Amino acid sequence: MSDSAHPVVHPAPTTFIRKWVFSTDHKIIGIQYYFLALIAVFTGLALSVLMRLRLAWPAESWPWLEKIFPLGFEGGVMSPEFYLAMLTMHGTIMVFFVLTTAPQGGFGNYFLPIQIGAHDMAFPVLNMLSFWVTFLSMGVMFAAFFVAGGAPISGWTAYAPLSALGEVAGPGLGSGQDLWIISIALFCVASLLGALNFITTVLNMRAKGMSLMKMPLTVWTWFTTAILALLSFPVLLAAGILLLLDRIGGTSFFIPAGLVVSDTVIESSGGSPILWQHLFWFFGHPEVYIAILPGMGVTSQLLATFARKPVFGYHAMVVAIFAIGMLGFFVWGHHMFVSGLSPFSALVFSILTLAIGVPSAIKTFNWLGTLWGGKIRLTTAMLFAIGFVSLFVSGGITGLFLGQTSVDVQLHDTYFPVAHFHMIMGVAAIFGILGATYYWFPKMFGRMLHEGLGKLHFWLTFAGVNAIFIPMHLMGIMGQLRRYAESTEFKFMEPLQPYQEFVTIAVFVTAAAQLLFLVNFFWGMFKGKKATENPWEATTLEWITASPPPHDNFGGRELVVHHGAYEYGVPGAPRDYVMQTDPPLESGK
Amino acid sequence: MADARVENTGLQLWGGGTLPYSVSHIKLGMWLFIVSDALTFSALLFGYSYVRIATPDWPTPFHFWPTIVFATLMTAVLLSSSLTMVLAVNAAQRGDRKWTIRWILWTAFFGTAFIVLHGLEWMGLINQGMTLSGNPWGTPLFGATFFGITGMHMFHVFTGVVYLLAIAGGVARKRFHSEHVEVCGLYWHFVDLVWMFVFPLVYLLSVDMGA
Ligand code: HEM
Ligand SMILES: [Cu+2]
Repeated sequence: MSDSAHPVVHPAPTTFIRKWVFSTDHKIIGIQYYFLALIAVFTGLALSVLMRLRLAWPAESWPWLEKIFPLGFEGGVMSPEFYLAMLTMHGTIMVFFVLTTAPQGGFGNYFLPIQIGAHDMAFPVLNMLSFWVTFLSMGVMFAAFFVAGGAPISGWTAYAPLSALGEVAGPGLGSGQDLWIISIALFCVASLLGALNFITTVLNMRAKGMSLMKMPLTVWTWFTTAILALLSFPVLLAAGILLLLDRIGGTSFFIPAGLVVSDTVIESSGGSPILWQHLFWFFGHPEVYIAILPGMGVTSQLLATFARKPVFGYHAMVVAIFAIGMLGFFVWGHHMFVSGLSPFSALVFSILTLAIGVPSAIKTFNWLGTLWGGKIRLTTAMLFAIGFVSLFVSGGITGLFLGQTSVDVQLHDTYFPVAHFHMIMGVAAIFGILGATYYWFPKMFGRMLHEGLGKLHFWLTFAGVNAIFIPMHLMGIMGQLRRYAESTEFKFMEPLQPYQEFVTIAVFVTAAAQLLFLVNFFWGMFKGKKATENPWEATTLEWITASPPPHDNFGGRELVVHHGAYEYGVPGAPRDYVMQTDPPLESGK
Repeated sequence: MADARVENTGLQLWGGGTLPYSVSHIKLGMWLFIVSDALTFSALLFGYSYVRIATPDWPTPFHFWPTIVFATLMTAVLLSSSLTMVLAVNAAQRGDRKWTIRWILWTAFFGTAFIVLHGLEWMGLINQGMTLSGNPWGTPLFGATFFGITGMHMFHVFTGVVYLLAIAGGVARKRFHSEHVEVCGLYWHFVDLVWMFVFPLVYLLSVDMGA
């Protein structure tokens, strides 16, 4: 075998372009992904504020918005089509360019090699390509705002036949939808290349002594996430190709016969919109775990660090991560209970869906077990980790409602699922990202974030998201429709208007609180207190090297790992934490 | 902790510092890519089966002559290319650079021949009026699935030929060693294997049995 587990370390690049732009250093690429996600998340947030304005004050005129969006706000009122375009882009940007990139491409890239004691990813050049294809993909997606007809209106799920028909079906379904599909196809390629890089790195590049059961849980979640990405993105890619053929090749994979749209008979025959749903959700459900699993890993890591206790039930956690990941491939039908599934397959999907509750509960109780009796240090990062657990529970419980066919038939396409997925996938995953940011910022940028500002950010955000999304559950139960701009159109929705206004005001506060984060972030990058090597007194390998780490991560040291990832409070140890590379303890333990 | 003793020996198979499958990064990476790519094809074939089952009168217009004879010839060409690929890997492992390059070029030749034959076949079908959006025999999905699946496969053969030529060039300039040839071979055999699914599912199941 010519390659060893530790290939020759490349010399550090010297030119600006090689160092910061087309870098093959996983740390720089991680930061690039992070900033891409940062731009995306604030764009997505701005779009949601616009939607909320429309929902809370549907008749109000906003002349200044008409100046910015002359087509969307004719007469100062947002058109329903423009609402749907904002909705589509909000969902797409959040799911793909925030929740798929920041936790995995960002933190995973930066910390996975370091946490297993490797010098870089297995394929540094491929890593760079993955980022730049993702970047291109985001450019193509954003271009959809500016083409004739604007952004597509078919939602982040691009349900056919709406997405397959072209301009006849509505604005944005011409070139806007084409760009959407191309962007997603590029994203699929970038993600699956990234995924095989992650998997190879974990299997082949662990430092001596870093056995699988000594890996931090973050590594386990990035690894599992990569497997999910490797197996689900190719299916979305194939679906995207077929959809594009329907649009530009004259095929009708997803277009049924005899369709009439706006009094035009569509010339097509025999395709099946349900086929799109199968292919999309075969990807779509694993995708929600791609978004949330890294947050689970981060939460485990943070809870252990700041409770000064080992993760409760480490092995059970590993099994649960894998079980969640694998079960995630067999539940896609729960998104299709009202699409005409046979009652039998609906039952099977329902049972499998509820089965995911078991490993999820294992994780939750293990987190609580980790906190129990700990010497808790309430840092900002810790607050976000605890917030993650809270959101995971309140968002997860409603999943048990929606997983039952009979209940879902009632709640489907109301605000109830909107509230559910924002809690568990949207905001919980964002809390994972924020917790990771407060925790790893010192390592990445060599400076500390401001704790006081951070805590203020946490409390405002935590209160804010609950104020936004808890009322949405109630609105959903009362029948408020999803993907629907006319919130006063129907009599039964009128009494919900006060809720709408309350939610929108909560959105203003929450969105403003994110500016605190931005201030803290950029202030910290340049002016923050200098960080030491191990400011949190943590045990994993990133904390034995400089902040930020040198180009080869450990300055030429060959590491030998002797300890598990979370040895806090070990009796007989000199300190209350044992780092993974500390020499073996003397006593016969 | 409890097994600190074991750690000190350092070189357990999964204990870190080793290659647990005894394969290098690139070979493992290629295997993973193949798994992923197999899922892309599976999705296409799933879509094909789905619409085919959902369509009551799916056309079966192909005849033994010329379609099946032609497709069998293409299959033979592709199988030959797999054989020459095996020989190329063998030569590379022996360190025989000259024969490595020769066998790779033969493989690329068969690959190109496959593309040419396939192109001729497509031309014939297009001349009979079969396109992505319609055909003389029934549901337009027949042509759509046919061209969609075989087109995707042909695209893979094409990239494979480019990949082969790049490897041959690298071997000639002594930049690539036998492992690179082997990994390229994995991809090539995979593309062949996909055809072994396409041939029965798309061709043989579309033969007019005279019923
Ligand atoms: C404070 C933050 C957020 C607010 C105020 C917000 C608000 C909204 C609103 C008003 C809708 C439209 C619902 C409808 O009309 O059906 C929506 C949809 C959606 N949001 Fe958010 N959102 C936020 C954060 C997020 C995050 C972090 C994610 C990441 C997963 C996300 C993902 C989605 C998705 C996937 C949709 C569905 C789009 C569709 O139906 O195609 N949102 N959001
Ligand atoms: Cu799901």
